Amino acid sequence: MSTVDNIKEQLSRLQSEQRDSGLKNIRQNALNAFDKMGIPNTRHEEWKYTRISALFNQDYQIQNGQPVAISAQDIDAIRLPGHENAHELVFVNGVFSQPFSKIHPNQELVIIPLEEAANNEYASIVSENLGHSSRYAKDGINALNTAWMYGGVFIDVKRAKIASHPIYIYHVTDSRTANILAQPRSLVHLNEGSQVQVVETFATIGMQSSFTNQVIELVLEEDARLEYYKIQNDAVHASQVSTTHVRQRGKSFAHTVTISLNGNVVRNNLNIIMEAPYCESHLYGLYLQKGNSHIDNHTLVDNVKPNCYSNELYKGIMDENATGVFNGKIFVRQDAQKTNAYQSNKNILLSNNASVNTKPQLEIFADDVKCSHGCTIGSLDKEAMFYLRSRGVTEKSARSLLMHAFADDIMEHIKPEAIRQYVDKLISERLEFDTI
Amino acid sequence: MLSIHNLHAGIEDKKILKGINLTINRGEVHAIMGPNGSGKSTLASVLAGREHFEVTEGTVEFDGKNLLELAPEERAGEGLFLAFQYPVEIPGLTTTNFIKTAVNEVRKYRGEEPLDAVGFLKLMKEKMALMEMPQSLLSRSLNEGFSGGEKKRNEIFQMAMLQPKLAILDETDSGLDIDAIRIVANGVNKFRNENNAVLVITHYQRLLDYIVPDYVHVLYNGRIVKSGTRDLALELEEKGYDFIKNEVEAV
Repeated sequence: MSTVDNIKEQLSRLQSEQRDSGLKNIRQNALNAFDKMGIPNTRHEEWKYTRISALFNQDYQIQNGQPVAISAQDIDAIRLPGHENAHELVFVNGVFSQPFSKIHPNQELVIIPLEEAANNEYASIVSENLGHSSRYAKDGINALNTAWMYGGVFIDVKRAKIASHPIYIYHVTDSRTANILAQPRSLVHLNEGSQVQVVETFATIGMQSSFTNQVIELVLEEDARLEYYKIQNDAVHASQVSTTHVRQRGKSFAHTVTISLNGNVVRNNLNIIMEAPYCESHLYGLYLQKGNSHIDNHTLVDNVKPNCYSNELYKGIMDENATGVFNGKIFVRQDAQKTNAYQSNKNILLSNNASVNTKPQLEIFADDVKCSHGCTIGSLDKEAMFYLRSRGVTEKSARSLLMHAFADDIMEHIKPEAIRQYVDKLISERLEFDTI
Repeated sequence: MLSIHNLHAGIEDKKILKGINLTINRGEVHAIMGPNGSGKSTLASVLAGREHFEVTEGTVEFDGKNLLELAPEERAGEGLFLAFQYPVEIPGLTTTNFIKTAVNEVRKYRGEEPLDAVGFLKLMKEKMALMEMPQSLLSRSLNEGFSGGEKKRNEIFQMAMLQPKLAILDETDSGLDIDAIRIVANGVNKFRNENNAVLVITHYQRLLDYIVPDYVHVLYNGRIVKSGTRDLALELEEKGYDFIKNEVEAV
């Protein structure tokens, strides 16, 4: 049996075992969609430069209530700085683990299993928003996550509340005894005027293959404010497709930073849907890759209504045989007059074997808008290197200083001090010891 | 201190320097003047170690060492400094962070302990005052958005911080107004002493009113065709470079 057939069989079995929750229909539809589309190959326009089909030439175990061998020590080893003050949500092999998670008593937000939310007072929010990403990601990989929607999380930030604790989400994959396909799913709802910080990170424990196919959907009601950080520094045998889908209602504000430092094949989909006037969003990304890593950032900003603002800056430093993709889509619908949308992607290649494919894609149907895009791919500025060296700075330090300076534009947008210092340390270690 | 013998250099097949001979001793200020394209900036670049240029013949000795064998950072460590004609802008790197790294790397090269935060700050304050540099300029990204005058002041500030044995100023006066020229010249004059030396490369005589040279050399077509005292600079100013060209071509 092929891997995909095996997955389908596991999906069907799960579907028949599950009681009839509010999720059963959406799962079944997704299962049918996956059945039709399968794993995207490079003939799919959105997957032209990112080959994940080959990763499905081997079998994976999908988590479905089996006991997990993760220990508290394993979790301790991957906690992010500042965790003492954070709500910590731990997913093990894609399934939310309440025993490992830690939620501070608070009056500002509710964190419950997605299955539960689909059947209680949050049911209408869930049915209105869950799966919205599938309208934008028309491929089997998104459907696969939805078809397997099991052990997910729902977060509701109450009206006009500012969450006093950031939410840290750890995606832990235990591939010590088997290849694991983890499919975490979350839905975050920010009520009118609420604010929250979310930090997601990924860690694989074990040497077998790990593939995380993650979807998080975030809904910002009017005047809500989201800060979202994704930090990817997983093992070189860990691959992932990570979809972050943000729906923005009027005057809401989204600030996202995606930091990708390691992994085998890493594909990020970041969708920002500005559904009402006067939304603002900021999209920042930094990727430092080496070895044979592949990083693909697909971003999409959909301006549906007028007077929205978006600013996007992604920067990459690629070494050794690393390959990268940046695909930045901006849609400006006919209604979306007075849109301001800016996009920039800058890359430094440190080796002759590293490569980046960068593609801005603007589709503008309104006539009174300001949009710009730009991309660069180059090597370290030789004149700047000479300038620094002529002042006594060694070649190695000069490279490190220049790369730090290049990354700084992005780093300054990581607002939580503890997270910024943590990422800065990872980057410093990488730039000072591993390159060249 | 610096001894250049029969130096030939160029880019690919193009010969730019065609046999330079020049000796600079401690305590001296030399000026090299010459028309555009004569090779002035190439000479500065070759001395500082810009990879772009290829040395095809000749030797350069700096305090007993073969300068041409050293990497640019080693030349800086040995005490050579080049003030750039076009200082580079580096967004994201603050001047303070940069100069601290440079000072300590040079100290390390010389086998000295790095300066601690207090020592570094004290040195920086002193040199900032000398160059009339506001603190805000130093907290900004290196040269980014600096005016021409601010960039050149920053070059001389770096020189004052690094205390080289030989400072080469490559057209430091170009594009500067008279106030900026005064500040730059004041920085250089405070730096001068009997143990170091300065090589001023300039197109115009006016900088030499403020930084008074002991020797003036005229570079033309890749060679030093005339050497003299400060009077030579004044003569050039009066007669223009054509008189040199005519003299050379007459020979």
